[in-house]
Amino acid sequence: MFARALAGVTFCLLAGCATVPNGDPRDPYESFNRAMFSFNEGLDDVIGEPVATAYKAVLPYEVRIRVTNFFANIQDVMIAVNNLLQGKPNQAADDFARVLVNSSFGLAGLHDIASDAGLEKHNEDFGQTFAVWGMDGGPYFVWPFFGSKNVRDTFGLALDLTVAPVLAIDPASTRYWMTGLYLVNERADLLDATTALDDAALDKYVARRDIYFQRRRDLIYDGNPPRAPRQRPPGREPRSNADPSPTMTRSDALRAGPDPGSPRAARAQTGTFAPRRPSNYDAVLAAPRGKL
Amino acid sequence: MTRSMVRLASILVAGCLALFAGRALAAAITPPDALVKTVTLEVLDIVSADQEIQAGNVQKVIGLVEAKVLPHFSFESMTALAMGVNWRKATAEQKTRLAQSFKILLVRTYASAITSYRDERFEFLPLRAKPNDTDVTVKVRVHKPGRQSVAIDYDMERTASGWKCYNVYVAGVSLVLNYRTEFASEVRRNGIDGLIDALETKNQKLEAAAK
Repeated sequence: MFARALAGVTFCLLAGCATVPNGDPRDPYESFNRAMFSFNEGLDDVIGEPVATAYKAVLPYEVRIRVTNFFANIQDVMIAVNNLLQGKPNQAADDFARVLVNSSFGLAGLHDIASDAGLEKHNEDFGQTFAVWGMDGGPYFVWPFFGSKNVRDTFGLALDLTVAPVLAIDPASTRYWMTGLYLVNERADLLDATTALDDAALDKYVARRDIYFQRRRDLIYDGNPPRAPRQRPPGREPRSNADPSPTMTRSDALRAGPDPGSPRAARAQTGTFAPRRPSNYDAVLAAPRGKL
Repeated sequence: MTRSMVRLASILVAGCLALFAGRALAAAITPPDALVKTVTLEVLDIVSADQEIQAGNVQKVIGLVEAKVLPHFSFESMTALAMGVNWRKATAEQKTRLAQSFKILLVRTYASAITSYRDERFEFLPLRAKPNDTDVTVKVRVHKPGRQSVAIDYDMERTASGWKCYNVYVAGVSLVLNYRTEFASEVRRNGIDGLIDALETKNQKLEAAAK
């Protein structure tokens, strides 16, 4: 299956894969990705979900939260490094402090004391670091096992895995156990969420893809992505009659640039970290609308 | 007293009355951040005290959401946002049916989420808005041990009947805007009636599965 997938990618890349009409411009290999998506879904139905459900049924919440805390503590090390690489020394200092506190007083990370003490947990990875450095997202892929990743996040993931502390554990048997436990615990934590999302979607593939793009953008901007000025919900007339402004929403803004997740251009202009604005941002701002 | 003076006086009195009425009305509308906080805490209290809901009684959860939460949502605005440009092409009847089926879908799929809250601590961030704003974002953070806090942002608009939520972001993902692509492609393929059919079929399936 994996070989077939690789062959599929190669073929698509060489042949300029048939694009789906009216598809998302960020997803040029939609037909390949859909095939991979159903492969992953099938795999999850057979292995991921049943194992995670059993895990959740067997282990009480108090135990599962210790597992979560333990791995979260290990991950805080690389989160700190990534915060440093993104030029956020204060967050990085917090992350290192978290590791120190949780590893010692938190009994090897089993208890997240640092959060109780007000040291906030962050979410960083190399994919986000590359975005902050100005790398474009590139086309979207659904990889077997790894799921939704654009090219930038694919490189990010490769680096994340290379330096992951858990994957450096010797002997190999412990490493496999730990990795397995981590994956099952993560999947178990997402059981409710994935059920709700799958129930809610008309087209699971599209829903997951759009969630991926929105979520990654939010993470890159640490929870404060630039939002286009909100429109009144459409269908209501704007206050001014002379209002030719394009109505923009956040998702439109997302599509406005080749990759709005890359703040390099804006930073080059202003000297500070500032979001790149959608091209018609100024037009929207200039429009005579009272609520802006 | 001349006629014009009487008229002037009555206009003044009417003006004053209108002003006071306006004040009274404004005072009666709960500010958006207070509204979110009150409703959230009230619902959480009910959930934490109700064994049946914790055990996963979906019907009871939906009943609770319908009674306490839904009155503060504007499903018309929400559906309009998810439809984008296609909203203007819909007839009044289509709009009503779209909003109705979208509402059922969202309630059915997300209502059960409130039963999964456990150790979470809710933090209500101060509202950043001017007093005369009619469109604001209310920010809530949900803190959970071992995980990054989850942001829940409510976009709210001021209406005659109080502040109404028309968009919800969870961890930066809009539960409404996320339907844009799906709705648009359904409309492109089968028209607005096709989308209504798809939503209604989906709801029937979910209902059948719940039984």
